[in-house]
Amino acid sequence: MAFYVVQFLTGLASAASLFLVASGLSIIFGVTRIVNFAHGAFYMLGAFVAYTLTERLSGALGFWGGILLASLAVAVFGVLIEMILLRRIYRSPELFQLLATFGLTLMIEDLVILIWGPDDLLGRRAPGLRGAVDFFGQQVPSYDLFLIVLSPIVLGILWLLFRRTRWGVLVRAATQDRDMVAALGVNQKWLFTSVFALGVFLAAFGGALRIPRDAANHAMDLSVIVDVFVVVVIGGLGSIIGAFVAAVLVSELNAFGILIFPKISIILVFLVMAVVLIVRPWGLFGKPEAPARKTPGLTVQPWRPLSANERVAMIGVLIVAAALPLFGGTYVLTVASEIAIFVIFAASLHFLMSVGGLASFGHAAYFGLGAYGVAFLAKMAGLPMIVCLLIGPLLGLLGAAVFGFFAVQLSGVYFAMLTLAFAQIVWSIAFQWVSVTGGDNGILGVWPAAWASGAAAFYWLSLGVAVLVVAALRAMTFSPFGYALRATRDSALRSEAIGIDNKRIQWTAFVIAGTAAGIGGALFAFLKGSVFPDNVGISLSVDALVMVLLGGVETISGAIVGAIVYKALNIWLVSHTDLSKLVLGAVIVLIVVAMPKGIVGMIETLQARRGRSTKSAMLASRVESAE
Amino acid sequence: MSAAPVLLVVEGLTKSYGGVHAVRDVSFSLSAGEILALIGPNGAGKSTCFNMLNGQVTPGGGRVRLLGRDTTGEKPRAVWRLGVGRTFQITATFPTMTVRENVQVALVSHHSRLFDMWSSAPKLARDEAERLLDLVGMNGYADRPCGELAYGDLKRLELAIALANQPKLLLMDEPTAGMAPRERVELMRLTARIAREQSIGVLFTEHDMDVVFEHADRILVLNRGSLIAEGVPEEVRRDPQVRAIYLGEGLVYDARHRDGAPA
Amino acid sequence: MRQGKWFLNGLLAAGLGVMLSSAATGAMAQDEIKIGEINSYSLLPAFTEPYRKGWQLAVEEVNAKGGVNGKKLVVISKDDAGKPADAQTAANELVSKEGVAMLAGTFLSNIGLAVSDFAKQKKVFFLAAEPLTDAITWEKGNKYTFRLRPSNYMQAAMLVEEAAKLPAKKWATVAPNYEYGQSAVGVFKKLLSAKRPDIQWVEAQWPPLGKIDAGPVVQALAQANPDAILNVEFGGDLVKFVREGNTRGLFKNRAVVSFLTGEPEYLDALKDEAPTGWIVTGYPWYDIKTPEHAAFLKAYQDKYKDYPRLGSIVGYETIKAAAAILAKANSTDPEKLIAAAEGIKLPSPFGEITFRKIDHQSTLGAFVGKTAVKDGKGVMVDSVYRNGADYLPSDAEVEKLRPKS
Repeated sequence: MAFYVVQFLTGLASAASLFLVASGLSIIFGVTRIVNFAHGAFYMLGAFVAYTLTERLSGALGFWGGILLASLAVAVFGVLIEMILLRRIYRSPELFQLLATFGLTLMIEDLVILIWGPDDLLGRRAPGLRGAVDFFGQQVPSYDLFLIVLSPIVLGILWLLFRRTRWGVLVRAATQDRDMVAALGVNQKWLFTSVFALGVFLAAFGGALRIPRDAANHAMDLSVIVDVFVVVVIGGLGSIIGAFVAAVLVSELNAFGILIFPKISIILVFLVMAVVLIVRPWGLFGKPEAPARKTPGLTVQPWRPLSANERVAMIGVLIVAAALPLFGGTYVLTVASEIAIFVIFAASLHFLMSVGGLASFGHAAYFGLGAYGVAFLAKMAGLPMIVCLLIGPLLGLLGAAVFGFFAVQLSGVYFAMLTLAFAQIVWSIAFQWVSVTGGDNGILGVWPAAWASGAAAFYWLSLGVAVLVVAALRAMTFSPFGYALRATRDSALRSEAIGIDNKRIQWTAFVIAGTAAGIGGALFAFLKGSVFPDNVGISLSVDALVMVLLGGVETISGAIVGAIVYKALNIWLVSHTDLSKLVLGAVIVLIVVAMPKGIVGMIETLQARRGRSTKSAMLASRVESAE
Repeated sequence: MSAAPVLLVVEGLTKSYGGVHAVRDVSFSLSAGEILALIGPNGAGKSTCFNMLNGQVTPGGGRVRLLGRDTTGEKPRAVWRLGVGRTFQITATFPTMTVRENVQVALVSHHSRLFDMWSSAPKLARDEAERLLDLVGMNGYADRPCGELAYGDLKRLELAIALANQPKLLLMDEPTAGMAPRERVELMRLTARIAREQSIGVLFTEHDMDVVFEHADRILVLNRGSLIAEGVPEEVRRDPQVRAIYLGEGLVYDARHRDGAPA
Repeated sequence: MRQGKWFLNGLLAAGLGVMLSSAATGAMAQDEIKIGEINSYSLLPAFTEPYRKGWQLAVEEVNAKGGVNGKKLVVISKDDAGKPADAQTAANELVSKEGVAMLAGTFLSNIGLAVSDFAKQKKVFFLAAEPLTDAITWEKGNKYTFRLRPSNYMQAAMLVEEAAKLPAKKWATVAPNYEYGQSAVGVFKKLLSAKRPDIQWVEAQWPPLGKIDAGPVVQALAQANPDAILNVEFGGDLVKFVREGNTRGLFKNRAVVSFLTGEPEYLDALKDEAPTGWIVTGYPWYDIKTPEHAAFLKAYQDKYKDYPRLGSIVGYETIKAAAAILAKANSTDPEKLIAAAEGIKLPSPFGEITFRKIDHQSTLGAFVGKTAVKDGKGVMVDSVYRNGADYLPSDAEVEKLRPKS
């Protein structure tokens, strides 16, 4: 019995750090709607700064003071980031802030290595809390008890802050309806900044409190960020109580789960999230998301098919691309093949995001399933390459059909998180089911048949498939189906009112996008000759998102440009510098600030502005008269 | 009017939210070609009532019969397929499409080609879309981005969309809310003309009493979820209960400058 | 839209220009011999920095002694960002653009395997430096791939030798839940159970790699009340596990056998909280008195003002071995390199090693000893060098494991 009590307490202690970080993320999202990918980076910074301070300052006061000072210092850093970077992009398309904070995370990762060096840093134990308390023969670390007490206190303080202060009332009002708060004359800028500061403070505090348990290390940010997202979503976005309950739930399920299924940890949080979201689409304590109000001035130019001139230009580009083997060597062709494959992958996600308005955070699942499909067929069934390429992507289709069915029942961030959960489940299976997938060591020897093994032949194959897939997706964009899909995105209310079955249309789109991604994955398996779990991993899903956002989500061909730019830049940087993350992150941040509609979106805007300066004046007067 | 077929029969419609009755035991019927107004002060339950008719809100009790079929609890898209067009209090259109494309989507749906993945939608049912835009006086706007339209034009576009499935019944929730006074009159005249020409039944809610009394054949008055009066405009105007509700607001007689506040 | 296309066009052209111009410089100079080196520099700087220092030292030494048969040895190093796919891109660049004579390096097992498979497909010589997986020389071995570091199996065999001497009967295991952790536990259990049929395996914990929730794991292990624990956790997970275990008294009166923990990369991070009395494999650089090692240590410390980690040894010896193979083959033809490498004998800071003909595994060994805390730092004591050659299965077994090709 004592054992179970202690296990329960241990679970509570684990929940404490999770809760601190998660509450910060939840607060930031609730008010600013920023999906703050950099939250993990702030957490990591908190730990590193706290390490430095607690090593310098002596005594118990020095230790606790160091923890607090570190959290404050990181919060100040967060404020600077918010003022310099995020303020510029609040009005950008949804999720664009995700891209900015992703770039920031990459930069911080390299900066931490530059400042603190590559080694893990083991900090001091908390003074007075080194030991353990005996509980019927079981040892409970006193620091655990401290954490167990601390987290309800933090929860209480936050509760008071939000319920009993004017600031808190405003924040809660902004969580419900930020436009309304702006309309009430509240200085929204400083409200956002202060909220961001509090959120970052909590992240850094959570990180700093890891010092007595954990070495400060460079993988901290990514290892925490996904879990924290999951906790926030399970609890309900913007709900602090929800974050607390979810943190406890996840930690306790883990603490007791490993007694029965020792291998469950890897997948547990995602299973819990998937179940919670299917049963309660807005998390345990969440409320349905208020429909995002379209900001005036951001409305998109209606899309149109290519004009005759543009078609000629397109064919010209294709001829140039097809002629690459005449002057490029093996390496150039292999890189170009990889880029072509990523064009397929990005275009498939882009179809879902731009036409369907469904931002999947787990699109790599279908890419990876396509790759594994090919690997199984080639290695186990020994089928020829063409057959593998044709049938392999069906695994992506199947996965998308099953997961998509559940995912499209949700929307917005909840949709994104459920797709992420599904992708993580696929990843865990690939990673753990060693007897079938080879686990981490992957499946090797999936090389192309003789006719496609030359670099030029494979390049032409990839290019050809990419052109076909992109053309098909484009045709679909302008097909009745594409319009129906856009209708569900533009106005779910209206589309249902004109006889469109939104969920069925979206599900179909999900399956199409998953299959297209699977085709990319199938080619990728042959390009690399092998398949690994990271073909399904989060970082690949994030890569795809970045490509789409970089190119411009509100365009038709943004994904193509985004994929080419991002992939080429990435390959070049990884090859030429060890600080690729720093440079890549900086480039992303710059693009976000300079081109808030993505690269293609920017070009289109410039073009439109040139041609329509007179028209817009007229438009402005019309808008006035309407109000 | 008695010869016209009955389109809509509502019996004992009821809905409550958390113990508060939003709509209580509402019954009425509507015939082809008839224009019926549903009025009442803010919070009277007009919108809830409306949303139950086309399936957006599931009724707590009572029956809705459309064209002789029980549609209680059916989804909006199923109700639409029966021939019911709908406009919203706050316009719901597709801002990333052109005006013509907005109508084309509705036509594509009407022609059951939603899962056609290879045709070019901008070329589909183009003439039909143009005709509908003509009808609502939007023919000059076909290639304009919908997101750029003034609010009054959006309302007309909504009407064109609502007419795409050749409806027998139009449900219009505050069709003139947010419009300039002159535009309101124009829009309602247009609607009334189309309804009479095509023998479409129209049910609309409205705050602007000028609009109501000018166009409605019959008026239903809702207060606190219950129907308190029903009849031709003249009867309703004289109804003491109605007068009591609107007393002080002066709305029954001269509503000139009130903008459509949300119900 | 039109602009978009032209932009795209320009981008392609610019990209091509860059690639072409850099391809031109890739032409091979006559008086140089190039090795292409790949490792996870950006993902695992803590391990790859000492490794890089090691091989840079080796390059300097080789060239100071006249290079490889008179040619200057050049190492072109690429980052793989910790991803197998990126490693293959890098391998491709090194082979097709830089025209390297051989590939070397890699740390993670999956990346080692990916490059090994690439080497097989493209018929390039590959000397895997650090990956531990047995598959690279056995189940998925191929004739182009050689491996330097003592494998998972070898380290397990060294530890089992000590573990079998313990009185402990009830064993628990804790390992990161991925291929390496699973196969380390698998081999260890198989070998120990073979030597000690009386042993019972009472508990197994499989926390996810890099994300151990140490409290519950330690509790669960303690609950099973084993006599001894096999640990395969390393890095950040190890720190959490040790701290939690120390606080909760998990290691009190229990034997612990632990993979790799004696390597400075892992032990140093634990400072004065390093566990004591664990039986570990590792690298006690402070305690090795052979002249070969003393020379290496001096050269390393003189150059870098830092002490070596195990990675330094591996990096150093990888390039030394590569240079020796290139010199012996006196050619860059992969077939000749393979012929030269099979059975080659060469010195190392740990003593003479050889690359076995049968499975291309080097006989580089490891030190087995016990952990202790000295002057506020974790150290290995009573350590003995175990020659890798003595901890490999019989040739007949190896024959069965390796695919015929």
